[in-house]
Amino acid sequence: MTLLAFDWLLIIEKLVLIAIIVFASLGIALYTTFAERKVAAILQDRPGPERAGPFGLFQPFADGLKLIMKEEIIPSSANRNLFILGPGLAMTAALMTCAVIPWGGTVSLFGREISLQIADINIGILYVFGVVSVGIYGMMIGGWASNNKFSLMAALRGASQAISYELAMSIALIALLMTTGSLSLRTIVEQQMALGHLWNIAYQPLGFILFFICAMAECNRTPFDLPEAENELNFGYHQEYSSMKLGFYLFSEYVNMIMSSAVMASLYFGGYDIPFFNESVLPQNIAALVGVGALLIKIVIFIFVFMWIRWTIPRFRYDQLMNLGWKSLIPLALVNMLITGAFILARM
Amino acid sequence: MSITEILFFFLSALAIGSAIMVLVSKNPVYSVLWLVAVFFAISGHYILLNAQFLAIVNLIVYAGAIMVLFLFVIMLMNLNAHSEPQKNLWMKLAGVISGGCFLMVLVSLVRQANELSNKKALTVEGNIGLIKNLGKVLFNDYVVSFEITSVLFLSAMIGAIVIGKKD
Repeated sequence: MTLLAFDWLLIIEKLVLIAIIVFASLGIALYTTFAERKVAAILQDRPGPERAGPFGLFQPFADGLKLIMKEEIIPSSANRNLFILGPGLAMTAALMTCAVIPWGGTVSLFGREISLQIADINIGILYVFGVVSVGIYGMMIGGWASNNKFSLMAALRGASQAISYELAMSIALIALLMTTGSLSLRTIVEQQMALGHLWNIAYQPLGFILFFICAMAECNRTPFDLPEAENELNFGYHQEYSSMKLGFYLFSEYVNMIMSSAVMASLYFGGYDIPFFNESVLPQNIAALVGVGALLIKIVIFIFVFMWIRWTIPRFRYDQLMNLGWKSLIPLALVNMLITGAFILARM
Repeated sequence: MSITEILFFFLSALAIGSAIMVLVSKNPVYSVLWLVAVFFAISGHYILLNAQFLAIVNLIVYAGAIMVLFLFVIMLMNLNAHSEPQKNLWMKLAGVISGGCFLMVLVSLVRQANELSNKKALTVEGNIGLIKNLGKVLFNDYVVSFEITSVLFLSAMIGAIVIGKKD
């Protein structure tokens, strides 16, 4: 089947993979909203949502239905095109990260070797940074197009926060890349799976902590949720939004959280590697599926930590946020990079 | 037409169309957003030439950082369609003529350049743009100029901080 000198089976295979991953991410994000409310409830010693279905399990569907059924309001003084573009861009950018994450090993189906990764490009981790920086536009465009002072202030805050923390994040990452010598996420995961090689967290503990803090800031999670500080900005950059456009903004935050958890699990915690276990004793397909399960468990643990922090630590003030980013995280990341470089030189 | 050609013409049309929209748009925010689209199209061209590193760095640096700063300034100054100063007709005409002359010089340069004749674009087989090869070239053949550039960037950064300090 070659038309235009192209392997169409590969296209079909990739489309199916994209559909599965995107819908699975959306499904997980749906239940992450539910988990957030339950975790908040447990931490605050109250029952949380429990009316819709057993243990309140249908609550996310009820919420989604409510958001869709609400009246759609576009303020008359808003910039209509950009007002619609904003949430779409935020959601697209959030979902695009999933293309380079290795979700599992390879499966053999119908005589084809199918790699459980949409695209294994040799600049994988830089692609993640590119997509994250495009995600800022969703927030900025939405905030500006609303034609509301609070929205604009929130959008500017959010964008400057994201740019500041991207710096520390990339410097923390450079130290890791110096040890791995590759930018491809699959290569990084396979290196960690090799016998006698520990997970990267063992070699880069400080780097991981810096990366984690910056990832939290990039996702606009408390204590870094200044773009939506209710008591200062009413509601934040999506104040004028209603119905499913608001839903997209809120939802993209959860998708971002899942994707950053997946990136962190792949970079520092062995990705789809099962700890203390040699996967090569299992048959190939089962090993791949168990690997996907292992990655999902790691993601869930990360998401729980995100929520735990959110409901424990209060929000920063804006100057504290900037001081932490520029005066603490970036110097620490630089020191981490220098130490890593010195170690690599000493071992050579 | 092969897939590469189709993509090339699509990306070229996108780049030129967006570039025209940058100039035509009355609203400066629209101009910036169209410019971001231009950068995306150019990154697509880089990927066609198998220069993946260049493509993604173009996006991170230009679309992700510099254009966000542009948006910052435009949004904070609250420039709108009606606040753009209207130039008179003669100025516009002079601009069109000088721009056209410049285009003519550029086109004739490209057509006559000996370096470019009989050269083919390495769409798939070229691999100098891959990060490994690029790094080796930069740090072996061009290491002095690379380091001097980095010192230049550092001095620019320090200069920005010194100017930005109030006291």
